Amino acid sequence: MNAAYRVRRGFGRAGIYAGLIVGVILMIVPFWWMIATSLKSPIEILEFPPTWIPTGHFVQSAAGEWDEVYVVTRDDAAGTVTVRPIDGGSQQTLASEDVVSRARLRFQNYVEAWNQAPFARYYFNTIFVTIFVVIGVLITSSLAAYAFARMRFWGRDNIFLVFLSMMMVPQPVYIVPSYIVLVKLGWIDTYQALIIPWLAHIFSIFLLRQHFRTIPNDLYDAAIIDGCSRFAFLWRIILPLSKAMLVAVVIFTVVGTWNSFLWPLVMTNTPEVRPLQVGLARFSQEQGTSHELMMAAAAFSVAPLIVAYFFAQKQIIQSLATSGMKS
Amino acid sequence: MNWLDRLKRKKIMDPVTAALYIVPAGIIVLVFRMIPIASAFILSFFDVKMGRVRGFIGLAHYARLFQDPTFFSSLGTTAYYVIGVVPASLFLSLFLAVLLNQKIKGLGFYRTIYFLPVVTSLVAVSMVWKWIFHPRLGLLNFVFEKIGGNSLLWLEEPRGIFEMAAGGLGWEWWPEALSGPSLALVAVVIVAIWRGIGYNIVIFLAGLQNIPDQYYEAARIDGANTRGIFWRVTWPLLSPTTFYVMLSTTIVSFQVFTQIYLMTGPPVGGPMGTTKVIVYYLFEKGFDAGGNMGYASAVALILFAIILTLTLVQRRVVESRVYY
Repeated sequence: MNAAYRVRRGFGRAGIYAGLIVGVILMIVPFWWMIATSLKSPIEILEFPPTWIPTGHFVQSAAGEWDEVYVVTRDDAAGTVTVRPIDGGSQQTLASEDVVSRARLRFQNYVEAWNQAPFARYYFNTIFVTIFVVIGVLITSSLAAYAFARMRFWGRDNIFLVFLSMMMVPQPVYIVPSYIVLVKLGWIDTYQALIIPWLAHIFSIFLLRQHFRTIPNDLYDAAIIDGCSRFAFLWRIILPLSKAMLVAVVIFTVVGTWNSFLWPLVMTNTPEVRPLQVGLARFSQEQGTSHELMMAAAAFSVAPLIVAYFFAQKQIIQSLATSGMKS
Repeated sequence: MNWLDRLKRKKIMDPVTAALYIVPAGIIVLVFRMIPIASAFILSFFDVKMGRVRGFIGLAHYARLFQDPTFFSSLGTTAYYVIGVVPASLFLSLFLAVLLNQKIKGLGFYRTIYFLPVVTSLVAVSMVWKWIFHPRLGLLNFVFEKIGGNSLLWLEEPRGIFEMAAGGLGWEWWPEALSGPSLALVAVVIVAIWRGIGYNIVIFLAGLQNIPDQYYEAARIDGANTRGIFWRVTWPLLSPTTFYVMLSTTIVSFQVFTQIYLMTGPPVGGPMGTTKVIVYYLFEKGFDAGGNMGYASAVALILFAIILTLTLVQRRVVESRVYY
């Protein structure tokens, strides 16, 4: 008998599951809505009441083909429907039975949305930047963490504390002077502005340092006796032992870089270097009313991370929770 | 041999090698964190336009700040936002985490779904919710009308919610000062809660699972009921986690920008500025019109000071009640 049993009796099993399911529904509905909208025709979007599953209405032509139409009015009393072909053409009024409704997924919205803005370029930019940032963070953090964890030098802990305190400073504080630094370097609107400032990540150094400290000294001494250099010790022994931690660092770096917004918004002006999130935001501002296109764009922008998420939820959740990353 | 070799021989200090290892990260941190942070302070005393420093103006920026009503209203808006998000998020995520901790089936499934919005980019989330909040075609109004309510303007509604509630009750008049946060801001708050819950649930779950069963056993033996167990055992032992969640959510909420920018930003703009939070104000002043970066720096520093103060206050007031 444990506490779980007691609370269970208090709440009632059914109540617990009910509450959880409600939560699941509330989390899922916006995603469903995004995908459903992205597969509708522009006219179906205006339909009220809104449809949950993209539906198309079809009428059989004289030649026997099914043409898509949209509904202008329904007259239930007379049993007729007034329709107009979706590609333009004149209205006609038909008997209700002659108009067939079925699910119709308009995948071409995705193609259209993709073509309306340089998404290929945006995607490339994000992937390019992410790869370099991840490599950079891994290298700089491992090296620095190793030094902070296992080497002795004057002021070691104080310097580390200074590093840590930088972490507490919110981005709005350093983004303005960083902009000026980048202007002076001539890096605004270049990849450098998106990559270089992020090649070091203090929290990663912190995490790795904590982990490196747990590696027993005896291991090190034994390795030294066998003629191992300091660097070789890091490369051949510590890093392989720290795989899980390194994976965590990779994950939250990827997610953070992929989803970053304010920094790239400020540091880029042209589509050449603009990453996906900023491109998506611009697209949304430009489109205004083509909701199906906007939802399609949102969908294909989040797809990669979500797919990755479903394959590796446990690691991703653990990594992000440890990193203290919220957005 | 020189003093350095002697040092290395004794394996006490090895500053040169250590420096080599630290330098890669160190340079980046120095140039893009330390120097900017230090200069943010200095910058706020200068006139800086679009990256060009034009002259020392002392406290002029701060003086202007304190005379700008928009600045104060943005502080108020941010305060409303934080007050809206933090307690609700805390309560809901704690509630769901407690449910999930009940040795139910499918914990992994629920956790995966709840965490999904956290992994989804804020830009996409904002776009989808903006569509859901659409006054004419949005899902939310459709549901509202179905359950007998009225369509609302949501993200376009500048009226305060208390004022609207009073109107709903048939009262003709309501003091303007008490009109409360605009419905538009409340809409953004809802999105923030929706997105952040999964994250806090995971943290709470970890905290809950750290409470050893023995405590529950002991309480049960002493005859405690569900409510007693929660308040006397779970809540106190969870308090460090609760404190952490409250503090981190507060700090993050103060810096909100992306959702505001996307749901109520250009080209439409928030309804009569009722969603202009402080980072948005900073962005507008510093990077949009005119690029007055000295001014923006001043704003940033004030924001930092507020966050720091709040952190200290929370530590003082709340942490004393935390059982470690």
